Amino acid sequence: MTEVQERKSRRRPKELARDVAERRLAWMMVSPSLVLMALVAAFPIGYALWLSMNQYSLMQAGLSRFVGLQNYVEILSGEAWWTAFLQTVTFTVISVSLELILGTAMALLLNQAFRGRGLLRTVVLVPYAVLTVVSAITWRTMFEPSLGLVTTVLNGLGLPGGDLVWLGEPGYAMAVVILADVWKTTPFVALLVLAGLQVIPSDVYEAAQIDGASKVKTFFNITLPLLKPALVLAAIFRTLDALRIFDLPFVLTRGANGTETMSMLAYRELRENRLIGEGSALSILTFLTVMVFALMYIRFAGGNLRDEAKEK
Amino acid sequence: MTAAAPAPDLRGKMLRRRTVSGARWVLVVVVILFSLVPFYWLINTSLKTGAGLSSGELFPSEPTLSNYVTVLQNSNFMLSLRNSVIVALSATTIAIVFASFAAYALARLRLRRKTLLLALILSVTTFPTIAIAAPMFSLWSDLGLYDTLPGLIIPKLTFALPMAIYILTSFFKEIPRELEESAYVDGASPFQAFYKIILPLATPGIATTAILVFILVWNEFLLPVTLTTSPEARTVPVAITFFSGTSQYDQPLGAISAASVIITIPLVIVVLVFQKKIISGLTAGSLKG
Repeated sequence: MTEVQERKSRRRPKELARDVAERRLAWMMVSPSLVLMALVAAFPIGYALWLSMNQYSLMQAGLSRFVGLQNYVEILSGEAWWTAFLQTVTFTVISVSLELILGTAMALLLNQAFRGRGLLRTVVLVPYAVLTVVSAITWRTMFEPSLGLVTTVLNGLGLPGGDLVWLGEPGYAMAVVILADVWKTTPFVALLVLAGLQVIPSDVYEAAQIDGASKVKTFFNITLPLLKPALVLAAIFRTLDALRIFDLPFVLTRGANGTETMSMLAYRELRENRLIGEGSALSILTFLTVMVFALMYIRFAGGNLRDEAKEK
Repeated sequence: MTAAAPAPDLRGKMLRRRTVSGARWVLVVVVILFSLVPFYWLINTSLKTGAGLSSGELFPSEPTLSNYVTVLQNSNFMLSLRNSVIVALSATTIAIVFASFAAYALARLRLRRKTLLLALILSVTTFPTIAIAAPMFSLWSDLGLYDTLPGLIIPKLTFALPMAIYILTSFFKEIPRELEESAYVDGASPFQAFYKIILPLATPGIATTAILVFILVWNEFLLPVTLTTSPEARTVPVAITFFSGTSQYDQPLGAISAASVIITIPLVIVVLVFQKKIISGLTAGSLKG
């Protein structure tokens, strides 16, 4: 820092010219992306907002009238939105919790030195490489009546549930959707947590060992607090992703039996019922829900992390 | 550990160590089974036809490749493969070109409100896809871009571009600064430093980013399901789910499974070959804040 300042004062005019040139270059390099993002991200959201305040004729294409917030009022006073909202939040809370717990366990396992670790790391990446749609199809084959492995195993062991049509029952259908999501995304959480584990200095553990702390105690008092940034990050990524879930339940159940999510409801109104105004209002509501969750995370986690940084 | 005979008090320790590693092996096996068994079952299903499809045999008694033949002879499936390749390659290329410039400026150059810009860009990746798909559905219907490949590539950029910028920024940050400093000393302009020094060095990072963006675009389902309707514009993930049987109740699960296996295997190979890079890309920037 001092060296730079020294140099700055010595060659001020030249430095200044380069500074200006650099800032101009920076803007020139950033602005194409910013313009493109304004076109493909900001503009569509604004347009959706406009569409959501209109009512479109089903009879005559292009005919519409401005109705203000009427679509929102109708949606929020109805039942469908709240059902989809609750189902999405239920899905999110359960699947993200499971993914964080299992992902941490998987990361702890992968962080240990043992023969075959490389192989294990390769294997857990397989679900990540599978398309989401394919993972839905995979779990459908697992739970299909008579064909499915789960049914076969339950029947073979004489356990109850062998005659259950998993995707045909509320509750069970949601459980399969959650299971498919956990299978697909736990490796991602594990990788983030593993990266967090690898930056913990080993002398912390040596100190704990000298103090005679047990493994369990070491994990809860040392590892977990140090993992917090990685865990918070994984939780944010996974929560915001889970709230917009569409493809898994779409392929598994088409939204039947208590699995319709916010995105699916908006899609149904828009594509299947051709209700552009209502569909747009629902997608704006989905957008707002995700943004509210994001702000909550930033508020809580961001504050926490900043406090910790200050302590250090 | 020394090779000397263990002292009596060490024996208990070693025993405990053995049970620890025993428990670990159980865990390893559970994780491997959980990761691979569903995929095995998909392959198993894809090898069955007719009566086999309504039995839960652990190994198909009459394995057949006829489902694979059906899929590969299905012109709509082949068309969707072509569409997916075109869409994913185009969106990835455009995103990487735009993102390389932006990411360099964000990682290295003096720029006001850098953190705010990065936060804004990152926030776009969390947009629910439906909030883009819904207005695009209406807009493309008016503009005649509905059910076309360009009409699909453009909204794919909504998510591909910010993801590319975010990952590339963290890769650019890792390149040592001294390289540019010495280029400046040699009289290079900041752009020359970027173009001649940093860009060639960043090629592995750019390749990793390209793979991750490609997977994102290839994987994404809601945009094509909303914005296309004919096989001429459908991408693979949509085409698979629309593989329909003769009636609503006769889903050709064998063919669907075979199609799933066909499109998954190349992706699994890519991920396994580039696993180190992919892991570094996925976790890039995550720990630096």
